[in-house]
Amino acid sequence: MLAYLIRRLFAAAVMLVVIVLVVFSIFFLFPKWAGVDVALSFVGKQADPAAVEGVRQKLGLGEPIYTQAWEFFKGIFAGRTYSGGGDVTNCPAPCFGYSFRTEQSVWPVLTDRLPVTLGLALGAAVLWLIFGLAAGVLSALKRGTLWDRTAMVVALAGVSLPIYFTGMLSLAIFVFGLKWFNGDYVPLEDSFSGWFGGMILPWITLAFLYAAMYARITRATMLEVLGEDYIRTARAKGLREQTVIGKHAMRSTMTPILTMLGMDLGALIGGAILTETTFSLPGLGQAVLNAIKTQDLPIILGVVLITSLAVLIANLVVDVMYAVIDPRVRLS
Amino acid sequence: MTELSKTGAAVGEPTSNSSAPSSFLEVRDLKVHFPTDDGLVKSVDGLSFQLEKGKTLGIVGESGSGKSVTSLGIMGLHTAGQYGKRKAQLSGEIWLDGTELLSADPDHVRKLRGRQMAMIFQDPLSALHPYYTIGQQIVEAYRIHHDVDKKTAKRRAVEMLDRVGIPQPDKRVDSYPHEFSGGMRQRAMIAMSLVNNPELLIADEPTTALDVTVQAQILDLIRDLQKEFGSAVIVITHDLGVVAELADDILVMYGGRCVERGPAEKVFYEPRHPYTWGLLGSMPRLDREQQERLIPVKGSPPSLINIPSGCAFNPRCPYADLPKDNVTRTVRPELAEVGSRHWAACHLGKEQRERIWTEEIAPKL
Amino acid sequence: MSDEKAVTKSAQADGATLTKDAAPGETLLKVTGLKKHFPIKKGLLQRQVGAVHAVDGIDFEVRAGETLGVVGESGCGKSTMGRLITRLLEPTGGKVEFEGKDITHLGVAGMRPLRRDVQMIFQDPYSSLNPRHTIGTIIGAPFRLQGVEPEGGIKTEVQRLLSVVGLNPEHYNRYPHEFSGGQRQRIGIARALALNPKLVVADEPVSALDVSIQAQVVNLLDDLQEELGLTYVIIAHDLSVVRHVSDRIAVMYLGKIVELADRDLLYRTPMHPYTKALMSAVPIPDPRRKNAKSERILLKGDVPSPISPPSGCRFHTRCWKATEICRTTEPPLLELRPGQQVACHHPENFADQAPQDTVLLSAAKEAAELVADEVLAESAATSAAVAAEVAKETTGTSEAAEASDTTEK
Repeated sequence: MLAYLIRRLFAAAVMLVVIVLVVFSIFFLFPKWAGVDVALSFVGKQADPAAVEGVRQKLGLGEPIYTQAWEFFKGIFAGRTYSGGGDVTNCPAPCFGYSFRTEQSVWPVLTDRLPVTLGLALGAAVLWLIFGLAAGVLSALKRGTLWDRTAMVVALAGVSLPIYFTGMLSLAIFVFGLKWFNGDYVPLEDSFSGWFGGMILPWITLAFLYAAMYARITRATMLEVLGEDYIRTARAKGLREQTVIGKHAMRSTMTPILTMLGMDLGALIGGAILTETTFSLPGLGQAVLNAIKTQDLPIILGVVLITSLAVLIANLVVDVMYAVIDPRVRLS
Repeated sequence: MTELSKTGAAVGEPTSNSSAPSSFLEVRDLKVHFPTDDGLVKSVDGLSFQLEKGKTLGIVGESGSGKSVTSLGIMGLHTAGQYGKRKAQLSGEIWLDGTELLSADPDHVRKLRGRQMAMIFQDPLSALHPYYTIGQQIVEAYRIHHDVDKKTAKRRAVEMLDRVGIPQPDKRVDSYPHEFSGGMRQRAMIAMSLVNNPELLIADEPTTALDVTVQAQILDLIRDLQKEFGSAVIVITHDLGVVAELADDILVMYGGRCVERGPAEKVFYEPRHPYTWGLLGSMPRLDREQQERLIPVKGSPPSLINIPSGCAFNPRCPYADLPKDNVTRTVRPELAEVGSRHWAACHLGKEQRERIWTEEIAPKL
Repeated sequence: MSDEKAVTKSAQADGATLTKDAAPGETLLKVTGLKKHFPIKKGLLQRQVGAVHAVDGIDFEVRAGETLGVVGESGCGKSTMGRLITRLLEPTGGKVEFEGKDITHLGVAGMRPLRRDVQMIFQDPYSSLNPRHTIGTIIGAPFRLQGVEPEGGIKTEVQRLLSVVGLNPEHYNRYPHEFSGGQRQRIGIARALALNPKLVVADEPVSALDVSIQAQVVNLLDDLQEELGLTYVIIAHDLSVVRHVSDRIAVMYLGKIVELADRDLLYRTPMHPYTKALMSAVPIPDPRRKNAKSERILLKGDVPSPISPPSGCRFHTRCWKATEICRTTEPPLLELRPGQQVACHHPENFADQAPQDTVLLSAAKEAAELVADEVLAESAATSAAVAAEVAKETTGTSEAAEASDTTEK
């Protein structure tokens, strides 16, 4: 088990390094190939050549790509100093560079926004797990009945309706119509109830989509598991049906659900762009959307790396949970 | 419970009175039908038999003959695992030790499962939960029916594993099913089913998934255990060799019905149904001189949605045209006594069948 | 039965195209020292930490027109062997010769002409047929793949093949799911026969079928061999089926052939203790012999892992006759009697090959407890009798035969 864990950790670390380098190359190399000057996009199109040259000097854009990549890589772990072109700026680790637009350091921007997104993703995950699993299991057990069909139609709607639709709809009804909630985001540090009230609609909206997907997967997996021989054996032992379903069948059903959860959470932490935009939540998704609009490369790069890290960690956790659930994984 | 009836009414034929029988297990006119999109699948369509404690009944038949469906019906596993709209339809009576199971409270039947009646399945790898250790699974089986702590139950599990011949049972009890070999898994499965000393043990193709040398070990084990525990055993198999090894009585199923039933010796040496002849002729045998040719049954097993009218075997039967008036295609033959404790369901005359067997079939086997 | 008619008809139609390079009795396939090890890789760098010795050095020949049966329990390597001789797998070592040509390491292109001569029938008639193709397409595929245009067109030929295997030629356009298990196996056979192969390797051809259907397919294989002069290698775990179809039988245990003999010799007087145990384990469909338990030899435990097979004779861990030499020295496969090769130091029904080694291993003593005294006594008596007989004869002949066999190895 320990060896398995170490191997997984090691693989994750290698993966992270590769991701940093690949992502960096994509963002700084492709513009070069495409004939777009990164320095120009920093300064603005009408800039005078001297200013462009200054930026190029300062950001080291004139250096060969591998030097740039190494500097960037080093910056993340050890910090870096921008000293080209006269003035010296010290960027402490973890240094993801400076926003082209606001000239803020990228890292504080990320850390400011991460809790919002984290809160959104985790809160929604709790909701969708509860409702998705419950609906899926019930549908499987009541297969073919009116309940099953209704649940699956609702789930289909949940999967197919885009978040900006369900989000806007819920905003229109509950915030502007019924005025049940205040639509504004309140940081958790300021007021728990304010935060909760502001998050509840985004949670529900996001959870609706995922609960629908989870319900469908749970139903399908549960039906498959219920057909397994070992479920028949469990019944043949005289176990209560609650035990057969709740213990024997659920444990097997959880395996694919966990995999999905790991992936989804990882991806969501990188920003639930639609949800955050619809509800004006100052999370990573909103940040990256703004950055894309303004071609703010360092911010995009930072968010992409955070996303990758989140996916990697989530995968690692899933792998470990997998080994806990399924003893066959531990051996191979 | 009503008074035990000692009528001993023609066995194999459905009795209409629903008083408790004297036999330990008696199945009367059992029908198990499954509604599907294509129509009603009549997996078992009127099956009756009895079984006493200490005896073994072998149910023989090909895939789709209804033999496994029968065993799951006795265990109440068609209704227990049933969700959704399409429900299996069971009718008839199943009397186990004075209790009629089909009309009994499902929770009462559940409590009998695993305790009074237990089952061994064909493929021990898929029949054991891959995520729990062998020990956990046996302990669970024991603790549902016995109010003991985990430690006591685990000691019992180790004891059972030892009894079924698993080496180092105190260590292997903590292994997972995938860490066992096929034979060991089936031993563990047997240990689990016997942990509560059941009075009825149903073994559904217990050795089909195993190698022949392991099969020999398991058959030996089942036989020894039956002697030791004195339980009633139903062995379901397609392998005539396996029934011959284990069974006192044999019931041959075809198309959801019993076509022949009797003591093992009678069914092997004086079979009175053309399908039984077909099974015997199809089988290459190691204990005889090399046969020149096997004598297969022509055609394929019937569809259980459209069971042929009349005798279900008539499209494959070489003698279907012998009885008069096309009766094999219009009238369902009922089981009739052809010897002491020996019944067969065939339209051919009794003497006619005796003659065909002794003159045409037996010499070629 | 309808098959019989169909076969006769086909034989007439086929007569002209039926040409055989190897005359009956000549060697069609020769296998020497064949090995297949599947590497086991572990760790981040996928280092090879061991290998499954699936087939570990086997020698045999298949003669034109005969049926060689291969029996053994799961994990003995019989299926791998089938895939090696049809070159669906690349051997790790050894040599496979077909009609005198070395085909051991032929590539895909080199194998193409050979694919016509060597065909395979698989166990599972459900999974080996593409459910989206009609059976006309399935059976006609070999012609398209090989670029062969049969006389009268592919469709006519496919319909002929369908009638050869006892199916209705009008079912040309049906899909596999419309057929029963036995009929699907017939489709598999028709596909294998399409290109007039010389050698057909059948891996468990009847084990997925019901008893009554099994007999139909066994008879069909029999008829086809007689009519078309086919050569079969039939791999199966069912000893009674193998006895019924085979002329010679190879018994495999843990990647090795332990005994290779003519059918009747093997079943009447098995020499390898494993063969004997295997045959005694088959349940006899005769209730009168139900309590004759003494005839049965129960083997101790399970087959050891092919990852680290036992030293010396691989059967020594479960054999009731094993002595020190069995643990240390691997017995060669020798022709102890004409038509019967066996790899054993202490064979049954024959003179002991290592009479000086008499102290049983402790494992053997445990194993012997599972074997009835009658069986042990009988085996000792036969061995003694054979030994006496051999001694009476001019001792030279048998020893010389053995000596020449040894030098051959």
